[in-house]
Amino acid sequence: MDSPATYLHWGFILISTPNLLVIGGMLVLFAIALVAPFPHGGKDEDGHG
Amino acid sequence: MDTARPGLVEPKPEPPSWTLRVRQQIERRLPMDHLLPDRQPYYVGSWVYVFGVVTIAALGWVVVSGVVLAFMGPQWWHDSSLGRFVNSIHFWSVQAFFIFMVLHLWGQYFMAGWRQGRASTWLIGVVIFGVSILTAFTGYLSQQNFDGQYIAINAKDAMNAAGAGAFFNVLNFGQMYGLHVMLLPIGVIFLVAWHIVMVRMRGVVKPIDAEGATR
Repeated sequence: MDSPATYLHWGFILISTPNLLVIGGMLVLFAIALVAPFPHGGKDEDGHG
Repeated sequence: MDTARPGLVEPKPEPPSWTLRVRQQIERRLPMDHLLPDRQPYYVGSWVYVFGVVTIAALGWVVVSGVVLAFMGPQWWHDSSLGRFVNSIHFWSVQAFFIFMVLHLWGQYFMAGWRQGRASTWLIGVVIFGVSILTAFTGYLSQQNFDGQYIAINAKDAMNAAGAGAFFNVLNFGQMYGLHVMLLPIGVIFLVAWHIVMVRMRGVVKPIDAEGATR
C-alpha cells in the first residue's frame, strides 16, 4: 500500500494503474446502468410509474 | 359610481406584506407535490437517474464523518483504530462522491440535461464540481501528516504561478483547515441544496426523442 503506484505509458498517455482501474470501473458501471432493468411500480394511464 | 364592465379585468392588488408575497411566490413556483413527489414520469425508471441520489448519500457520509473528525482532532484520527476507521470513512465517501458525481455528469451530458429552461441547474452543477475539487484539495492539505506537507510544498509553486498564492496560501495550515471544515463545506451544501430545489422546480428533463422534448 505504501509503495508508489505502477504507471502505464503509451505515447503521450501516462496513467497510474489505480486511476485506470477506477475510470474503467466507472465506464462499466455507466454501461450497466444504461442496460440493467429498473424495478418498475405499476404504470398508470398518464404514463407515470 | 363604478359598474363592472364585461371584458375588463381589474388588476389584482399587490399583497400588502413582503412575507405574503414571498410565500405566494414559493407556493406558485415550488408546490409541495413538486418538492416531495410521490410519482415520477416513466422515463425516470432507469439506473442512470440513481447516480445523483448516490452522490447526495455520499455527501451525507462525508459531512457526518467530517464532523466527527473535526470534533476529535488529528491525534485521534491518526493514532486510534476508531479514528483511522472514521478517517477512512471520510476518505472513501469522498471517492464515492466524486465517482458518482462524474457518472451523474456523464448521464446528464448525454441526455442534454440543460434543455427546456434547465441551464441554471446545469451551471450550478458545474460550480458544485469546481468547489468540490477545492474542498477535496484543502482536505489533502488538512491531513496533518507528511503527505499533507508534501502536497502543500509541491502545490505552492503552482498556486504562486497562477497568481493565487497571495490569498490562497497552501502553506498556511490554519487557512486551509478553516476553508476545508467551514467555508467550503457550507458552499458545497448550499449549492447542492439549490441544485436539488432547481431540479424539483423544473422536474427531470424529458428524453430527447420524447414528443416536444427536442429543443
